[in-house]
Amino acid sequence: MNSTALAKAVVDGILTGGVYALMAAGLTLIFGVMDIINIAQGALIVLGAYMSYVLSVHLGIDLFLGLFITIPAFFVLGVGIEWAFMRRLRDQDRAAMSILVTYAVAIIIEGLLSVIFGVNFVQLHASYTDSTFHILGFYLPYIYVFGFLLALVLLGAMYYLLYHTHFGRGVRGSLQNRTAAELIGVNVNRVRALSVGIGVAVTAAGGMVFGATNAFNPSSGYDLISRLLSIVILAGLGSIGGALIAALFMVTLEDVVAVLWSPVWATLVYYASLIVVLSFRPNGLFGKAAVRAQ
Amino acid sequence: MRRSGWMWSCATVVAIAGLLAGCGGSSNSSSSASGASSNTASTSSASGSGAATGSPVVIGSSLSLSGDFSADGQAFERGYQLWASDINKAGGLLGHPVKLDIVSDASSPAQVVTNYQKLISSDHAKLVFGPVSTLLTVPASKVVNRYGYAFVEGAGGAPAAFGNGLHNIFDVSLPVIDNLVPFAKWVASLPASERPKTAAYATSDDPFTQPQIPLAQQIMQAAGIKTVYNKVFPAEVTDYAPIASAVASSKAEAVVLGSVDVPTVSAFVHAFIQQHYNPKVFIATAGPDQGGDFVKAVGGAANAEGIMYPNGWYPGYANAASQKLVSEYVAKYGGSPSDVNADVAEGYSVGQAVAQAVAATHSLDNAKIISYLHSGQTLNSVQGPVKFDAKGENGAAAAFVFQWQKGQQVQVLPTGASGSKPPVYPKPNWGS
Repeated sequence: MNSTALAKAVVDGILTGGVYALMAAGLTLIFGVMDIINIAQGALIVLGAYMSYVLSVHLGIDLFLGLFITIPAFFVLGVGIEWAFMRRLRDQDRAAMSILVTYAVAIIIEGLLSVIFGVNFVQLHASYTDSTFHILGFYLPYIYVFGFLLALVLLGAMYYLLYHTHFGRGVRGSLQNRTAAELIGVNVNRVRALSVGIGVAVTAAGGMVFGATNAFNPSSGYDLISRLLSIVILAGLGSIGGALIAALFMVTLEDVVAVLWSPVWATLVYYASLIVVLSFRPNGLFGKAAVRAQ
Repeated sequence: MRRSGWMWSCATVVAIAGLLAGCGGSSNSSSSASGASSNTASTSSASGSGAATGSPVVIGSSLSLSGDFSADGQAFERGYQLWASDINKAGGLLGHPVKLDIVSDASSPAQVVTNYQKLISSDHAKLVFGPVSTLLTVPASKVVNRYGYAFVEGAGGAPAAFGNGLHNIFDVSLPVIDNLVPFAKWVASLPASERPKTAAYATSDDPFTQPQIPLAQQIMQAAGIKTVYNKVFPAEVTDYAPIASAVASSKAEAVVLGSVDVPTVSAFVHAFIQQHYNPKVFIATAGPDQGGDFVKAVGGAANAEGIMYPNGWYPGYANAASQKLVSEYVAKYGGSPSDVNADVAEGYSVGQAVAQAVAATHSLDNAKIISYLHSGQTLNSVQGPVKFDAKGENGAAAAFVFQWQKGQQVQVLPTGASGSKPPVYPKPNWGS
């Protein structure tokens, strides 16, 4: 195996890891704010891909420009999901029951997409999805580079929103102590609804990049959810920055092992690394307590 | 109050989810249409004359109407439904109209077992048809065998499906282990100056794909084609980029991909395009057979040009019953003949084989049907002749290789076979 292939695997891992971080960001934000494990995240990603597909194929709107439509639409969808399904979960059962309820949401989304689009695979295409540029001896696809940059921008915006704004303080306050936050005037229900809205809105972008790099059908979300959950758990539930670092680490490690050794072992190493890290840091790399103390 | 609201919410969500899963994922269909008789040999042979009038015969099947195999499962469902419609027009099974009871297994090996137990013990299906994929056929065949039912299927042809000593399983399609043999022999037969010097083999760890690769590799290596990449990747992989990039880095002149679906092949095609890598010949075990959906996924006919796949059937197959099936499919579901994928024909063939066994035995008794199917009789199907060997594999099926040429699926191998056209070789560059 030559050094170029190894370097390519590292770069592929970093670029793909950014995309995975984007897809996982909504998952970790929603858990961080609401203690809800959103099993529907994979289905939402696929929904985002289909929305981009509709805008691209039927309205001729560029994939990235289409995000100006899909992100706000997903924000509204997220607020609606929070109001309709998540808000009604009791605090003491929230995490456990959320798995059941969000799984049902995933099935609803999958069912609707199957009825509307059928089950055949489609993929998003644009002039830049197969185009590449040559650097350091190998070709880099524009779509992965653009996706990575998009991930950095959106994750940075989420981080800024959470840690440098009045709204973010409200989010973190309601995270730490709901009653205390309400006593000082934070509308916790509103904060939670907006947080889920933001988490789902970011997923629209993740869905677009996923759809531009993979063929998908309404069932494709199930293949994603275990991987996204592992990234979020490694990062520490609720950590946006941690999700980025964990995704870069996990995917790069997997890609390198796939090239150096075997794709079969890559998957094993991927999950083994999760177990090793959790053995030493049960709360993940940037565990919940640390995040909330920031 | 709050508790009841929460419970209402959960119940509503689960109910809606179940309803939608039903919409997208399962169906009960009774095909008891009357009308003009359709006279294909295999449908009329099971029936009396005219429309079916007796009590319905329930035929159960578990299909993957959602999940990883949903594209195949829904195509299979259409194949079963088209057969049921035709057989009912021709008088049904022994004068009884066929009623299909199809339930979704969501591509789950656990669910498929539950489904067949339910179909046989609760729904009292008289006969059962198989699911899609060897992964599901293997566990399903064991439970169906316990009930003594014949288990005729069309998409579980890997050796793993026939390695359990079961007497009740029959696959109407081509045994998959031989799928790539015509391709490998053709490559090996090319003049030395034109023959690829190197080959890369990448396969999913799926019982459908893995057994196909070693035989092809053995033939090609014997012809002096050096293996420069040979890896297995997990079936559940979501990121093909490093594997495809490694194949591209190997600069192999021939690529043999053990794929089970469109996304796998699509990911490799896009990665190859991005890496400016164009092998002289590229064959994938499944995915390109999915008709127009494959072409759309890879970005158009120009990117599909020259890609090969092995199969036992394609929409242009010169068989009267096959052409009728294609016409019926287009009339009912729309699209063009190239949109009809092989799963439809495989499903239809299952029905044809069972119908001929029922007609020959004048019985719906599964023991008699099993015995007949093992008798060495040659049956007709839209995929060609069906003759089961002792294991239940179709020994009469012929392996063909098809190639995408100018947006059409064209039979190219074996080169001397009826209907074969010259393969496009070397594969044109992507997009040209």
